[in-house]
Amino acid sequence: MQTHLPLQGGGLKEGVLSFALIQASHTHRRVTAGKNGPVVSVFDFPKDEKLVSKRKRNLKTAMTWRSPLALVRDALRGQRAREKELRNLVSNLPYEGLEKRKQPNRFFPSNAIKTTKYTPLFFIPMNLFEQFHRLANIYFVGLAILNFIPVVNAFQPEVALIPICVILFLTALKDAWEDFRRYQSDRKLNNTPCYIYSRKEKQFLERRWKDVRVGDFVRVVCNEIVPADLLLLHTADPKGVCHIETSNLDGETNLKQRRVVSGLCISIPDFEPESFNSIVVCEKPNNNLNHFKCYVEKPDKEKVGAGIESLLLRGCTVRNTDHAVGFVVYAGHETKSMLNNGGPRYKRSKLERKLNIDVFFCVILLFTMCFIGALGHFVWLLARPGVPPYLVPDTNGHLDSPSLASFYMFFTMIILLQILIPISLYVSIELVKIGQIFFITNDSDLYDEETDSRMQCKALNITEDLGQIEYIFSDKTGTLTENKMVFRRCSIMGAEYPHKENAIRLAVLDEPESEEEVIFDQSPRPRQMSWSLDAEDANPVGKPPRGSQRRSSVAVHTQTDVAFSSPLETEVIPDKRLLQQISRAESCSSRKTDPYLDFFLALAICNTVVVSMATAQRRRTSVSPRSSQISGSVDTLSNLVKKAGNLLSSCQLTSKRNRSLSEEAVIQCVKMEKTVDTNRHQTCSLHPPSQGARPSAASDDLCYEAESPDEAALVHAARAYGFTLLARSPDSVTVRLPSGEDLEFELLDTLTFDSNRKRMSVLVRHPITRELVLYTKGADYAIMELLGTPYAEHLRGGQKNIAADTQYHLDCYAKDGLRTLCISKKVVTDKVYESWLVDRKKALAAIDNREELLMNTAVQLETNLTLLGATGIEDRLQESVPDTIVALREAGIHVWVLTGDKPETAVNIGYACRLLEEEDLVINMSSKNKVTCTSILDCTLEEVRRHMADPRNVDTTPNISLVIDGETLTMALSPDLQNRFVDLAKRCRSVLCCRVTPLQKSSVVKVVREKLKVMTLAVGDGANDVNMIQAADVGIGISGQEGMQAVMASDFALSRFKHLKKLLLVHGHWCYTRLANMIIYFFYKNVAYVNLLFWYQFFCGFTGTTMIDYWLMIFFNLFFTSAPPIMFGIMDKDVSAEMLLGVPELYRTGQGKGEYNFLTFWISILDAFYQSLVCFFIPYLAYQDSDIDIFTFGTPLNTISLFTILLHLSIEIKSWTIVHWIIMLGSVALYFIVTLAYSAICVTCNPPSNPYWIFQSQMADPMFYLICIISTVVALLPRYTFHVLRNSVAPSPLIQAKHLDRMDPTTRDQWIQEWRSFRGGRPVRRSKLDTPSSSTLEAPDYYPEPLSVSDAMGDDLTLNAVTVNFQRPVQT
Amino acid sequence: MLADSVETMVKDEQESSNRPDNTAFTQQRLPAWQPMLSAGIVIPGFVLIGLAFIGIGVALFVTSQGIQVLEIDYTGVEQKSPCFRCANSNEKNCVCNLEFSIDRLLKGPVFFYYGLTNYFQNYRRYGVSKDDNQLSGDLDYFQSPSDTCSPYEYDNNVPIVPCGSIANSMFNDTFKLYQTVNGVKKQVPLDGKGIAWWSDYNIKYRNPSVTPLKNAFNGTVKPIFWSKPAYELDPTDSTNNGFINQDFLVWMRRAALPDFRKLYRRITHEDYKEGLPAGNYSLEISYNYPVLSFDGRKKVVFSNVSWMGGKNEFLGIAYLVIGSLCVFMSIVMLIVYAKFKFPEED
Repeated sequence: MQTHLPLQGGGLKEGVLSFALIQASHTHRRVTAGKNGPVVSVFDFPKDEKLVSKRKRNLKTAMTWRSPLALVRDALRGQRAREKELRNLVSNLPYEGLEKRKQPNRFFPSNAIKTTKYTPLFFIPMNLFEQFHRLANIYFVGLAILNFIPVVNAFQPEVALIPICVILFLTALKDAWEDFRRYQSDRKLNNTPCYIYSRKEKQFLERRWKDVRVGDFVRVVCNEIVPADLLLLHTADPKGVCHIETSNLDGETNLKQRRVVSGLCISIPDFEPESFNSIVVCEKPNNNLNHFKCYVEKPDKEKVGAGIESLLLRGCTVRNTDHAVGFVVYAGHETKSMLNNGGPRYKRSKLERKLNIDVFFCVILLFTMCFIGALGHFVWLLARPGVPPYLVPDTNGHLDSPSLASFYMFFTMIILLQILIPISLYVSIELVKIGQIFFITNDSDLYDEETDSRMQCKALNITEDLGQIEYIFSDKTGTLTENKMVFRRCSIMGAEYPHKENAIRLAVLDEPESEEEVIFDQSPRPRQMSWSLDAEDANPVGKPPRGSQRRSSVAVHTQTDVAFSSPLETEVIPDKRLLQQISRAESCSSRKTDPYLDFFLALAICNTVVVSMATAQRRRTSVSPRSSQISGSVDTLSNLVKKAGNLLSSCQLTSKRNRSLSEEAVIQCVKMEKTVDTNRHQTCSLHPPSQGARPSAASDDLCYEAESPDEAALVHAARAYGFTLLARSPDSVTVRLPSGEDLEFELLDTLTFDSNRKRMSVLVRHPITRELVLYTKGADYAIMELLGTPYAEHLRGGQKNIAADTQYHLDCYAKDGLRTLCISKKVVTDKVYESWLVDRKKALAAIDNREELLMNTAVQLETNLTLLGATGIEDRLQESVPDTIVALREAGIHVWVLTGDKPETAVNIGYACRLLEEEDLVINMSSKNKVTCTSILDCTLEEVRRHMADPRNVDTTPNISLVIDGETLTMALSPDLQNRFVDLAKRCRSVLCCRVTPLQKSSVVKVVREKLKVMTLAVGDGANDVNMIQAADVGIGISGQEGMQAVMASDFALSRFKHLKKLLLVHGHWCYTRLANMIIYFFYKNVAYVNLLFWYQFFCGFTGTTMIDYWLMIFFNLFFTSAPPIMFGIMDKDVSAEMLLGVPELYRTGQGKGEYNFLTFWISILDAFYQSLVCFFIPYLAYQDSDIDIFTFGTPLNTISLFTILLHLSIEIKSWTIVHWIIMLGSVALYFIVTLAYSAICVTCNPPSNPYWIFQSQMADPMFYLICIISTVVALLPRYTFHVLRNSVAPSPLIQAKHLDRMDPTTRDQWIQEWRSFRGGRPVRRSKLDTPSSSTLEAPDYYPEPLSVSDAMGDDLTLNAVTVNFQRPVQT
Repeated sequence: MLADSVETMVKDEQESSNRPDNTAFTQQRLPAWQPMLSAGIVIPGFVLIGLAFIGIGVALFVTSQGIQVLEIDYTGVEQKSPCFRCANSNEKNCVCNLEFSIDRLLKGPVFFYYGLTNYFQNYRRYGVSKDDNQLSGDLDYFQSPSDTCSPYEYDNNVPIVPCGSIANSMFNDTFKLYQTVNGVKKQVPLDGKGIAWWSDYNIKYRNPSVTPLKNAFNGTVKPIFWSKPAYELDPTDSTNNGFINQDFLVWMRRAALPDFRKLYRRITHEDYKEGLPAGNYSLEISYNYPVLSFDGRKKVVFSNVSWMGGKNEFLGIAYLVIGSLCVFMSIVMLIVYAKFKFPEED
């Protein structure tokens, strides 16, 4: 036993002093979900002593007898320990091998997890309890119980239990299966291997995840998943850094740095867990992934703080770190990732809400019918003059009074007519939705090759909402665009560098793959050749563009996992002019302060990019779930070979045509390769590439892990100019200059980005000048207002000029659709820094409003900046975005784009993605104060109304679009202006909101959704879209570059924006029409069938008699007529996918009220009444005055109903596949087989019906067939005729489309064209997004200033309703 | 979340691609027949159905017309009615004679029914009130009848066999038919065999296998309304006695509607093979069953039957009407088609 017992914690001390018979309780304690809190199970408190003594015998270790009271005390103590605000944890090692009750950390749950809901033993009661939370089940059980009351029962009590039992059984089966799946995955996780330190063995031993306990030391190696929340104590990295990837938790794929708790353990090569004798004091577990409060108290009472930066979270993956050792602070259900695990989403679709109203109508109908029944019985009883022999008195020979009998009859009727409330409908809807989701997720058109991901349905019950969308709110970046940032242009010191060659490269990249092949293999265009050569000369790192080009088309798999490093972004072809400037600056005497160098240094330094090695990345992809191992490595290999070849050929050319730069660059290139190469060998030797390929591969070895793609693009741009970011550690940044010199900057502080400041800064000490330099980059308006004294006046004109020139360039960039950033610098004197540092430290140490204080210190320092320049980054539109938007708009959907970008950028993207059209009337709203905002709204609204009311404009009215900025939007959304804004917005075809915050996004969605009562869909890809996605009726997440938060919050997850088109237009439409028609049919079916019983009541004195055997009635609903509607709901296809995509207008049928509305519901109910009347009265009249007996009479009724109900469905079914035929014919066959068999077997069973031989005798009677035929025909004739006439006289668009569908493809396309032009729709131009040519900068006037309606409204009024169209120049 | 990712990881190692199967089923491209309900297409259908229905209708109507029915009410509500006296419930063992004449041959085989109106054999609790096990000859249920028979379960704690309301209320009027030939009454032999369902007679209802049958009924009493116990229903014929008495079986098969007739006898005797010849007849009714208490009527029906059962003109007319309607609809559709045809329907 260890002599040192660190027992400072009060709770712990008590725990040790009163070891009771805890062993017993612990061995029997189940580890239940953390949320359940303390577990005081029956085993903890054995009442009978026998049990205790028996257990004592079993447990050899139990030495002393402990009273049950002690057990309770211990359990309570455990609860107290778990609920305390601060926990004291000590190492388990000194207690290793001891029995459980001596373990100091025994109160905390182990790492085994259990997410199952049920246990095998208690499955039935627990599942029943769960199921009775549903109102429908209670209704059913209530009815069954009612049936047990003799005075009101309608059927045999036992038989009445069948339906509810079947439903409960099926649901239980489903739940059990789901729970079993969870159990399996739990087991898999719990048995994942990991390494725990053992004192006995003096090393880390392989154990299972479930063996990990709080207080253990766990070692994790590279690419391993962290088993529990670990306080990082040691890593293989000498600086104590460990990289983790949190994509399992929040989906972010960039690496995050975690640091060893400072000053705690000596990072000697081998960490000795046994020497750890401190106490870890940490807070109670919570679900905040970004906060963790903890300190470590050393034996000498020194306290060392630690936060989230030292915590490895369960579920993260260790990257780029050979191994790390951590101390388990939270395990199992107490880990942050488990606490974050929410349940599945449950949303209620619009259709279901409507459905519930109609179910309510059904209840009213049921009660009305029951009331009629009760009243009828009352009247019938009164009409008997005496006591007829058929009236059955009760046991005492006494008859109930008519009023009492009719009161009882009311309940009997409820039992009799119960299926009027379509309980089975809910089960059927669930089944249908499962089928629909199966088809959606299995659509290969929604499959994304690049990420190997299918469409995911997260919310299982709102598929039909996809067919009713009226408003789409879309994020721009990452949703409409690729969010793959490409460096396009920059402006330094007021001079513009357009990077023409780069633009051409991008334009070529835009071409389809096949063309690319042609261009690069045959190289017919000399111009392309020259730029590629230039690039080769200029690029000191020696990157071969051609090889990379190939890679873009081949090596898709390997690239996907590397954050923001597709060749598109990584490769920048430097501008020649700028290169010259740099080489001039390099050679110049003032090179340490040259603005050009500063600019690129800022690009390289001022970020939070983490550098990692490509080899590590490759390792990562090999285990990554998203890429295939084999094809990945094959691709990599082939790339390497190809690249090598390309490099060779280009080098030859280079030597021939080496004309631009000094030879120095080439030498550097070689030198660089060498160093990097050796680097790589040291770090990792997993995939030694072939010797020939290595030199070219070396250049790829640096990988940048950036939080945002913009940062990565800038770092890559800097690298293209020779400023290579080599390494970043918490307190230093290393940059290689074009001269090959490595500069290591001491990183003093990083003022991180926040949305208020809209900028970030790094404070470094320049290694040569020893100056303190602050580099700031941020949004143009956030930087411009902070500019101070002119910089380097001796070089150029005043700062003012530079600022003005830069601003002009920035405006041009914005109009070109580029994202702009300003780069600035400031030299901070040591004195200023020291005084600032005091504030900063105060802020850092603060507990209350720390964030605010930190921001203040940042603002304090970011003043008097010197402008260096600006950058323009392109975010390219995703594939077929314009197409998709046009199609969605033609489908009658209003598309809103909400973006944080500048209005100019946004408008430009708007045109590019055809959200705005050239002939559109674009209203531009922006105002600074509320008064003007109000008047603008009023004016615009008035103008729009007038415009629309004008009869001259009826045919020529252009579509109206609205552009509004964030500030104005806030005012417009204020309660008093809301209505006017919404009124205006609903007249606009598209709305573009710029510079909006995440909160505004969601409030826009909420306002539109609530005010206009429309179905809304929000689509986004980033964390900033989560609010919006959750606010909308349907939230769609794009799994793009920015992690998975959006996807996790969403109902459906797509990989590309273009998939939205098929998802909505085809699947949405199908799901909606299928489900709507299925539900209508279901109501019809139940009413039609139940009414047969109701009509019979008029002929049996309203006594609740059934003329159909009860078993057959149950079978009728359960087997004979259940599969066809479900199949109908899953598989019916009113119009083909091609038509739906070709004619988006067809989508409109589902919008607004859609196909399932008040009218269609009641028409189907009326039809059901009519059909049931026919089905009842034709046999009635045919058998009138005959000797037919009751169940023989019921047989044709049942058969007629079956045929009517099934044939009714076949009128509704739009397309018959083999599945339809099998199920329909199968249902009929099943009916005959089951009924015949039942009638043949049941001799004395199921009184009173005794269906023995009835069906057989009926089937031998020709009258049976004659009656069946005519009844079915008469019942269906009206509906059939109605369908035929409607289809012929006034065909709906869907019917017309179906007609076109039947033609052969060529004539069909012709007809579609003709039809569309006839309907006034312009033919869809399948235009590709034109890449703006660089010449636009010279002609920046295509975006005209908006014309003011009235200047008298004040200076800050910059709005207006513009009647002159904004013309976008036709680009070639 | 974590579990999922690990799971997908494992899964992905097994099958490298997430790509959905490209089958006609999963891609919803199964070959399909898309019926188009439009005027042009349905015309032939309407014509065919219409003609077929008119054909069936004519056949049914003609058949129905060929069926002769003679229906006589003998309730005795009216004073001049021969059974007026018997209608008084105080009269016991009342017999009345109903004279009637047939003016032309009632073709045979003639079925002789008794009919009741306003009699609700389909009353729910009435229908339940029997014990199928008892009726299938299970002696256990002789001593302890099922609760469903209540209150006709025990009579002073002695079990009733057959129990229940249905058996208890069995129709007990009996008829004798005489043909008056030259003023002499000649009894028309009535055939009481084969009037019940074959399955009822042979399978569903069984007498206990005790001989004599009487012994099986030891310790039980007859139903309250009955004048004689079940084993004396037809003492002359053991195959028509007890629970397999055909009159009993006919009664036990409950009528579907409140106005019904039940088969009493068939007239199949050599002399009446061709049917009931024209002439005067006399029906001797042993009037026992009270119906006035519930405003009911009793009647006797003589009818011949065809393949379509008894006389019913409704079905034939219905077929004719619907058939004509279909033909009419086809003409309407022709007009609609001419005016609104779809382009590809040329």
